[in-house]
Amino acid sequence: MPAVSKGDGMRGLAVFISDIRNCKSKEAEIKRINKELANIRSKFKGDKALDGYSKKKYVCKLLFIFLLGHDIDFGHMEAVNLLSSNKYTEKQIGYLFISVLVNSNSELIRLINNAIKNDLASRNPTFMCLALHCIANVGSREMGEAFAADIPRILVAGDSMDSVKQSAALCLLRLYKASPDLVPMGEWTARVVHLLNDQHMGVVTAAVSLITCLCKKNPDDFKTCISLAVSRLSRIVSSASTDLQDYTYYFVPAPWLSVKLLRLLQSYPPPEDAAVKGRLVECLETVLNKAQEPPKSKKVQHSNAKNAILFETISLIIHYDSEPNLLVRACNQLGQFLQHRETNLRYLALESMCTLASSEFSHEAVKTHIDTVINALKTERDVSVRQRAADLLYAMCDRSNAKQIVSEMLRYLETADYAIREEIVLKVAILAEKYAVDYSWYVDTILNLIRIAGDYVSEEVWYRVLQIVTNRDDVQGYAAKTVFEALQAPACHENMVKVGGYILGEFGNLIAGDPRSSPPVQFSLLHSKFHLCSVATRALLLSTYIKFINLFPETKATIQGVLRAGSQLRNADVELQQRAVEYLTLSSVASTDVLATVLEEMPPFPERESSILAKLKRKKGPGAASALDDGRRDPSSNDINGGVEPTPSTVSTPSPSADLLGLRAAPPPAAPPASAGAGNLLVDVFDGPAAQPSLGPTPEEAFLSELEPPAPESPMALLADPVPAADPGPEDIGPPIPEADELLNKFVCKNNGVLFENQLLQIGVKSEFRQNLGRMYLFYGNKTSVQFQNFSPTVVHPGDLQTQLAVQTKRVAAQVDGGAQVQQVLNIECLRDFLTPPLLSVRFRYGGAPQALTLKLPVTINKFFQPTEMAAQDFFQRWKQLSLPQQEAQKIFKANHPMDAEVTKAKLLGFGSALLDNVDPNPENFVGAGIIQTKALQVGCLLRLEPNAQAQMYRLTLRTSKEPVSRHLCELLAQQF
Amino acid sequence: VRLKGQGKHCKRSEGLEIRFILIQNRAGKTRLAKWYMQFDDDEKQKLIEEVHAVVTVRDAKHTNFVEFRNFKIIYRRYAGLYFCICVDVNDNNLAYLEAIHNFVEVLNEYFHNVCELDLVFNFYKVYTVVDEMFLAGEIRETSQTKVLKQLLMLQSLE
Repeated sequence: MPAVSKGDGMRGLAVFISDIRNCKSKEAEIKRINKELANIRSKFKGDKALDGYSKKKYVCKLLFIFLLGHDIDFGHMEAVNLLSSNKYTEKQIGYLFISVLVNSNSELIRLINNAIKNDLASRNPTFMCLALHCIANVGSREMGEAFAADIPRILVAGDSMDSVKQSAALCLLRLYKASPDLVPMGEWTARVVHLLNDQHMGVVTAAVSLITCLCKKNPDDFKTCISLAVSRLSRIVSSASTDLQDYTYYFVPAPWLSVKLLRLLQSYPPPEDAAVKGRLVECLETVLNKAQEPPKSKKVQHSNAKNAILFETISLIIHYDSEPNLLVRACNQLGQFLQHRETNLRYLALESMCTLASSEFSHEAVKTHIDTVINALKTERDVSVRQRAADLLYAMCDRSNAKQIVSEMLRYLETADYAIREEIVLKVAILAEKYAVDYSWYVDTILNLIRIAGDYVSEEVWYRVLQIVTNRDDVQGYAAKTVFEALQAPACHENMVKVGGYILGEFGNLIAGDPRSSPPVQFSLLHSKFHLCSVATRALLLSTYIKFINLFPETKATIQGVLRAGSQLRNADVELQQRAVEYLTLSSVASTDVLATVLEEMPPFPERESSILAKLKRKKGPGAASALDDGRRDPSSNDINGGVEPTPSTVSTPSPSADLLGLRAAPPPAAPPASAGAGNLLVDVFDGPAAQPSLGPTPEEAFLSELEPPAPESPMALLADPVPAADPGPEDIGPPIPEADELLNKFVCKNNGVLFENQLLQIGVKSEFRQNLGRMYLFYGNKTSVQFQNFSPTVVHPGDLQTQLAVQTKRVAAQVDGGAQVQQVLNIECLRDFLTPPLLSVRFRYGGAPQALTLKLPVTINKFFQPTEMAAQDFFQRWKQLSLPQQEAQKIFKANHPMDAEVTKAKLLGFGSALLDNVDPNPENFVGAGIIQTKALQVGCLLRLEPNAQAQMYRLTLRTSKEPVSRHLCELLAQQF
Repeated sequence: VRLKGQGKHCKRSEGLEIRFILIQNRAGKTRLAKWYMQFDDDEKQKLIEEVHAVVTVRDAKHTNFVEFRNFKIIYRRYAGLYFCICVDVNDNNLAYLEAIHNFVEVLNEYFHNVCELDLVFNFYKVYTVVDEMFLAGEIRETSQTKVLKQLLMLQSLE
C-alpha cells in the first residue's frame, strides 16, 4: 500500500490519488474523476468562501486530473487567486497550475501578470524565484512584453540573492529566445559578462547559458567573455578534485560548468590575445592529460563526468581547427575509446572522430583506425553504433582507401537495417564517383548497389550513373558490356532494367560486334524484361527501341512489330500509347538521315552539383555532407571527378562548343514535361526537318526530361510562389566593387565560371539563355570554417532597369556552414533592351563582422542574342538598310590579346551572333548576324570585325536598328579582344 | 532522419538546449513531463508514446543515446523508470546523462530512497525539484548540497 502520508499536507489529495490507482478499469477511473470534478465544482461555486488550504488542495487535484490526460475547463480563477496568497505552498500550487495549463484568456493573463509583478517586487527571494520560474516556463510574448525590462535589472542588482540571479538569468534567456526584440541590450550586458566571475558557481552556471545565447547575435558586444571564460575554466580544470566542494561530482570538479564554458568558447574563433590563448591551450592540454591518468573512482559517474569535459574539449579543438598537435592528440585519445568496453564511449568516439576526419591536420591520424572502424561496422550490436561507424568510414574516405571502404560498405549493405539502407546507398554512390580512378570500377559499384539493394537505389543514383557514362566515352563500351551481363540474371531489379535499357539504347552499338551480344540478342534480352516492368520503365524501353532502330537498322522490322502490337498501340496508359504511336510513325515516315539526327547520341550532360550529394544533404540536413564538399582535405584530388565538386570553376564540360554556344546545355528554362515533349515530336520532325535541330524540343530532350526530374525551381513553381527580387533602396547597397567591371567583362562571351573570389567567399555562376529568357545559377561557397550568418544575396535593378529586365529569385538559407556551398537560381526575362547590368548585393556576417559586397551580375544585352544565318546577298542588303549614321557604332582599338582567328571566332560565337562565312570579301575579316530578343521588341544586329595583324589593331563595326544598342554592343565586344 | 553536425561545420542550433524531460515507467505511464518547447497537447501525447517506443526496446548493451526525430534522447533506466532528456543532436551526451543521474540522486535524497510512488503522490513537488535544477531548458544548479538545502528550506515553509 502506498505511503499515503507521503502526500503530506494534503490528505484529500493522497486519498484521491489512491482511489484512482485502485480503479480496476478505465470506466471506473472516469467515474471517480467525474465525481471528483462535480465535487470540486460545487465547492468552487458554493456560497462559503474557501480557505487557502482547500483552494490549494482542489486546484492540485484538478492539476492531477489534467495530467492524467483529462480536459479541465475550470479552476483557472481559483489558481490565479492562489498566486496572491502569502503562503509559499499555496502560491507554488497556483504557479504550477498556471505553468502547466497556460490559458490565453486575456483577462486572466492580466491578473497573472499582476501577481507576478507583485512577487518580483516583493524582495522575498522565494516568491521572486517562483515568479521567475513561471515566466521561464510559460515564456509567452505577453509575459515578455510585461517583464523583459524588469528582469535584467533583477539579474544585475547588487542586492539580489544568488538563487534569484540564477533564475533571472535563465528567465531572461527564455524570453530572449522567444522574442529577441523584446530584450534590448543595454548597459546591463557588460555586467552580465562579469557574472562569469561570480563567487557562486550556480550563478556562473546559469550566466554562461545566457551569455552563450546572447553572444550568438551580438558577438562583439560579448567579446570580453572569452578571457573571463578562459580564466574560469582554467581555475576549474587545474583545481584538485575536492577543491570545489559542492560542485565536485564524483571527484570531477564542476563538470557541467566546464562543458558550458567550453561550449561558450565555441561561439568564437580562437582568442586573439596570445596570453589568453596560451592559457586556454594549457587548459585543453590539461584535460587531455587527465584523460590518461588513472581514474579516481571506478564508478561510471566519474568517468562519464570526466569524459563529458573531454569530448567538449575535443569539440573546441575541432572548432578551432588550428592546433595540429591537439588535433592529433584528440584523435589518439578517441582511438583508445574505439575499443573501450563501454558502448557509450565507442559510439561517441566514432561520432567525434567523424568530425576530426574533416580536418586536414587529423585526417591522416583518423585513417589509421580504419580496421577498427570496419570491425565496428561488422560486430557492433547497437545499430546506431554501426551507423556511426559507417558515417566515419564515409568521412575518412579518400583516394587511398576508397576501394576498401566502398567494398566494406557494400558488404554491410547486405545486412544493414532497412532504415539506413538508402543513406548507405547514397554514400557508396558518392564515394564511388568521387574517388573513381577508373570508371569501370565506378560502373561496377553502382551496378552492385542496384543488385544488392535495388529498392533503395533512388532515381538520383541511377540518373547519375547514366550522366557519367554519357559524359565519359572511355567507359561507355565497358558500361554496355557490364549492363548486358547484369541483365542476363533471371531476376534483376527494375532499376537495372532502366539503366540497362538506357545504356544499350545509347551505346549498345559498342558491343554489337560480339555475336553473343548482337543487336537482336540485345533487343530480345531487354524485351524479355519488358512485360514485368512498371509503366515508367516500359516507356523508357520504348525509347530504347526507337534508338535501336537508328543504331541497328536490322532490328527495325522486329521493333516495329512490337510497337505495332495492340498491347502498345492501344495501351490503356496514355504515355505508352503515345510513344508507341509516335515512334512507329517516326520509324516509318522519317528518312534515315532524319532518324539519325533525331535519335543521335545524347549530348553530354552539363556538369553541376551531383544530385546524389544534394539528396544526401536533404536527407541529413545542411552541413551533413559537407565533409566531402571540402576539397582541401584531399589536395591531391584533381578535376577528373569534377562532377561531384560543386564549384563551377572545377567542372569540366566535355564539349567546349556546347559551352560556348550555350545551346546544348541543359533543358531550356521552359523544358516541356516528358509527355508534352513526346507529343511535340512529330510536329517538330515534320514542320522543319533538320532546321536547327538543337533548338526545338527534340526527342533527345524528351528523353532527357524523362530522366531529369522536374527541376524544383521550374518556372511553374516560381510563378506559384514568386519572390520578386527584393529591391533594397539604392541607399541600402554599396557601390559595386572596383573590379566589378573587369569581372563582368570576363562573362560577356561566356556563361560559366567564377564570378568573384576572395578569402571568405567564392561566387560561381552558370547560366543559360534562350530567346529573351535566361536562368542563372549562382553558387556561393563559404571558404572558411566558420558559418556565415544572415547570408543574404539580393539582386538590385539600378535606374530604369526594373522596366527592362525582370529577375526572379528565391531566398537562400540565411546560414552557410563553413566549407559549404549554397545555390541560388535566378530566372531572368529580358523585357526590352538595357544598357546597365543588374547588381548583385551579397551581405552576411562572418565571425560577427558584417560583410557586404556589390557585384555586377553578368547579364548583358548580348546574352539574349539569337544567331541568324544568312547568305551574303541578304547580309549586304540588310547592312545597307541600316545605313543611318546613328544606327552604326564603330571602334578602332588595339589588341589586348594575341590575335588568333580561332579564339576570335569562339569569342564571337560566345558573344551570341552567328558567324557568316563567305560574306566578307576579305577572308581575314569576321562577319556576324543575330537578333536580340526582348519581350517588347527584337533588335536585328549585324557586325563586322576587321583585324589588322600588322598593326595589332581591330576595327569593329556594329549596325543595329536601335542606336543605343549599337553603341553598347560595340563597347562590350571591343573589350574582348 | 538524423541531423548530424560534422566537425567544424557543427553549429549549434539557436534553439533551446533541453526540449523536454520525461519520466516514464516500463508500461508507458508518464510520471513527469516537463516541456521546454511549445507543443500542442496531441503532439505531446505523440512524443510521449514515441519516446516510450524507442527507449523500451533497448537493452543494457545499447548506448544511452537514441536519435529521435531531429533531436536525440539521452536516457537512463532506474528500476522500472526511464528518465529521458531530449536535446539537440550536437549537444553533449555525457553531460546530460550525468545530469539525469545527478537529478535522480537529489530525488533519492529528498524522498529518502525514492520510488515510483513518491513521484506519483508528490508530483507537484517533483516539479519544484526540476525547476531548481533545470530552467528554461538549461542546467540551472548542479550542486546537490545547494539544491537539497533549498528544497528543505521550501519544505519548511507553510
